[in-house]
Amino acid sequence: MIIIIIFKIMLENGVCLKLSELKKHQEARVVRVDAEGELKQRLASFGLIRGAIVKIIDCSIRKSTIEIMVDNTLLALRKQEAEKIEVEKI
Amino acid sequence: MSCSSCKIETPKEYGVGAVKIALAGQPNVGKSMLINAMSGGNRVKVGNFSGVTVDKMEVCFEHHCHLFDLIDLPGTYSIDGFTKEEKVARDFLLNGEYDLILNVVDATNLQRNLLLTTELLELNKKMVLALNMMDEAEADGIKIDKEQLEKILGVKVVFVSAKRGEGIDELLDTMHEIAESSQRAHSRLIYSDPLEEEIIKVRKFLDEKGFSYRDWTNREVAIGLLFEQEKLYKELHDNPIMIELYPMIREALEHIYTHHETKDIKEIRANEHAAIARGVALEVVQQNQAPNSLTLTQKIDSILLNKYLGIPIFLFMMWALFWLTFEFGNIPMEYIDAAITAFGDFVGGYIVDDEIRSLIVDGIIAGVGAVLLFLPNIVILYIGIALLETTGYMSRVAFLLDGFFHKFGLHGKSFIPLVTGFGCTVPAYMAARTLKSEKDRLITLFILGFMSCGARLPVYVLFTGAFFSEAVAGNMLFLIYILGALIGLVMAKLLRIFVFKGEDEPFVMEMPKYRLPSFKLIWHTVYSNAASYLKKAGTFILLASVLIWFASNYPKNESIVEEYSKKIELAKSKEEKEKLVLKLQAKELESSYLGQIGKFSEPFFAPLGFDWRLSVALESGLAAKEVIVSTLGVLYSIGKVDQTSSSLKETLAKNLNIPTALSFIVFVMLYLPCFAASSVFTKEAGGFKYFVYLFLFTTTTAWLLSFITYRVALAIFGS
Ligand SMILES: Nc1nc2c(ncn2[C@@H]2O[C@H](COP(=O)(O)OP(=O)(O)O)[C@@H](O)[C@H]2O)c(=O)[nH]1
Repeated sequence: MIIIIIFKIMLENGVCLKLSELKKHQEARVVRVDAEGELKQRLASFGLIRGAIVKIIDCSIRKSTIEIMVDNTLLALRKQEAEKIEVEKI
Repeated sequence: MSCSSCKIETPKEYGVGAVKIALAGQPNVGKSMLINAMSGGNRVKVGNFSGVTVDKMEVCFEHHCHLFDLIDLPGTYSIDGFTKEEKVARDFLLNGEYDLILNVVDATNLQRNLLLTTELLELNKKMVLALNMMDEAEADGIKIDKEQLEKILGVKVVFVSAKRGEGIDELLDTMHEIAESSQRAHSRLIYSDPLEEEIIKVRKFLDEKGFSYRDWTNREVAIGLLFEQEKLYKELHDNPIMIELYPMIREALEHIYTHHETKDIKEIRANEHAAIARGVALEVVQQNQAPNSLTLTQKIDSILLNKYLGIPIFLFMMWALFWLTFEFGNIPMEYIDAAITAFGDFVGGYIVDDEIRSLIVDGIIAGVGAVLLFLPNIVILYIGIALLETTGYMSRVAFLLDGFFHKFGLHGKSFIPLVTGFGCTVPAYMAARTLKSEKDRLITLFILGFMSCGARLPVYVLFTGAFFSEAVAGNMLFLIYILGALIGLVMAKLLRIFVFKGEDEPFVMEMPKYRLPSFKLIWHTVYSNAASYLKKAGTFILLASVLIWFASNYPKNESIVEEYSKKIELAKSKEEKEKLVLKLQAKELESSYLGQIGKFSEPFFAPLGFDWRLSVALESGLAAKEVIVSTLGVLYSIGKVDQTSSSLKETLAKNLNIPTALSFIVFVMLYLPCFAASSVFTKEAGGFKYFVYLFLFTTTTAWLLSFITYRVALAIFGS
């Protein structure tokens, strides 16, 4: 019972959310960047690392690209990359 | 800014005793603009999308009688990464010779910019920090505590505004002073507690051993060792101290790994830097309201990136650009055309000798004039592209189009080189370096030639103008460009499927803030492009014109001339005489060198409907596309029916039919880029074999599609 409740709370708080699943104007904190080498380094050079606060600004048609804001920087990501970033809503 | 008492006389003196500065900064921080502001003369191209400067670039100037030698490194977000630019920047910073690093930073976005600054500080070189865009920071209500920032980083900080030219003198004086000083200030960055603990341990050990390395402090060495700086390890490799150091470092790293929950030292370093950047920004930046410029950018984005409006707006802008290029460009064109013709007649009137007159009027003036004619179109096109670049709209377009481009196996960022390709293919090939994945880059390189460059515009304008009414011609022009781009996309897909298979490059790019285009910047880009176009007209094309004139006039075939002059004398009616004169001219042309070349390649081009003149024009166009028009100018002015000066346009309309014209346009649109571009391609793609591939690829495509166009047009229009 308790487990179910905890699980429900986790779901509601969106613990296991992906960046690509956020809606326009939603804000979240990065929990994990599930990428290796090159991509990880690239994201890090923009400040996209664990603990960073991100906000969805805009999406292109069918969400193929997403515009986000990290520390006053506007970034464009493709959906595939956004799926690799795990976030929690705040 | 410059002091006349010590004006540098010869460029040779440049660099001797100069302060050598490595200019590093993230993209769009105003590096190029700052160079212009510092050097007084506008010598670098400035643009507002990632990676305009892909190569190192050197600028020399003087200030208060001191020489400065700037090496502009490509703008990069980090110097640790995998892109070509990052490698270029890193290699130079590590191994190049310079006195100090000038790190240019966008004051309105200090935190992210500090990520690079921290990396640079760990290089342990002399450094000056220029906080650019102070005007914008002020307008945004951002206050920065300079003294505190200097204290934390341990380097001199100067506030500047490249746009307003503020703080430039101070910056130059500071750089001079730092370069001259015998001591290097040491970075005072403080890392996280667990890391600091290990740094202190290693440092203490080094102190005890009395170790010293270059002008580094032992703390700096300890940091370098813990962050696994390759160069440091290489140089210390044979040092006996390493025997004791290795186990110590291994243990230290183990501790650090447990704290950071990862064994990736690069990631740890990135996390440390991010923490420092956040901390520093928190401490020195005071900001009360949301920055206006950022809010404004988001507002504009909500329109320009709108799901439904974004793409139509983009298409409209592109269409407007081409429409303006044609419609507006046409107005001065008529005057220039008339002026050139009048000038030719005027000059011709003073020359007695037939041969020389023909050389000057038919060769030089007709050839160079045909190229000059298109200067207005080219200027307008360049203004348009420069506007897209400097306002920041270009990155939005990449954002909008990535979904579409991705389907064709391209990257949204390919858009930047592709659009640059509409201006000139040479910088476009270089701009492709922003693409990280080798395959994405090669595909983009191969199809870039299909984006019609500015030099091909004259051919299109000439042919559409000759065969279609003015109203249709503008749309035709738009269609030509679109068609070229579409063929490029289809080819990209084919290349992706059959030749370059594999993983895609990730799409992560900054969307710079919208900025009002600076008139000076635009003027500068347009001016330098127009100047280089004119220079080409004055040198290369002049030479080519003379060459083509020569090749079309020689060798003189005396027997034909004699035979015909007799016939002409004997001719009874005036009509017959004229016919014979024409025949003679045609015969003479055919027996000339040019005629021989054209005849030789005619069978290859015949199925496309080209006579030997068009064949020759295409071949000479390999030197530079502008030469196509000048060649036609020379060829058709010699074989002109009457001596009144009818324009090339009219002559073409009389001599060719629509299917041939269309087929010719398609061929010009698709065949091998000019000599200069091809050599850049060979260099960028990485070898001569790629040039051979490109030659085969473009020639086959051009020939096949021209053939289809010709046959279809014949069926529709008839001959
Ligand atoms: N407001 C303001 N804008 C600037 C300043 N310096 C550069 N810019 C603008 O910033 C944009 C990028 O500049 P650029 O020199 O191309 O940056 P680079 O990519 O670092 O070479 C351009 O649109 C410039 O007009 C400045 O000091 N103040």
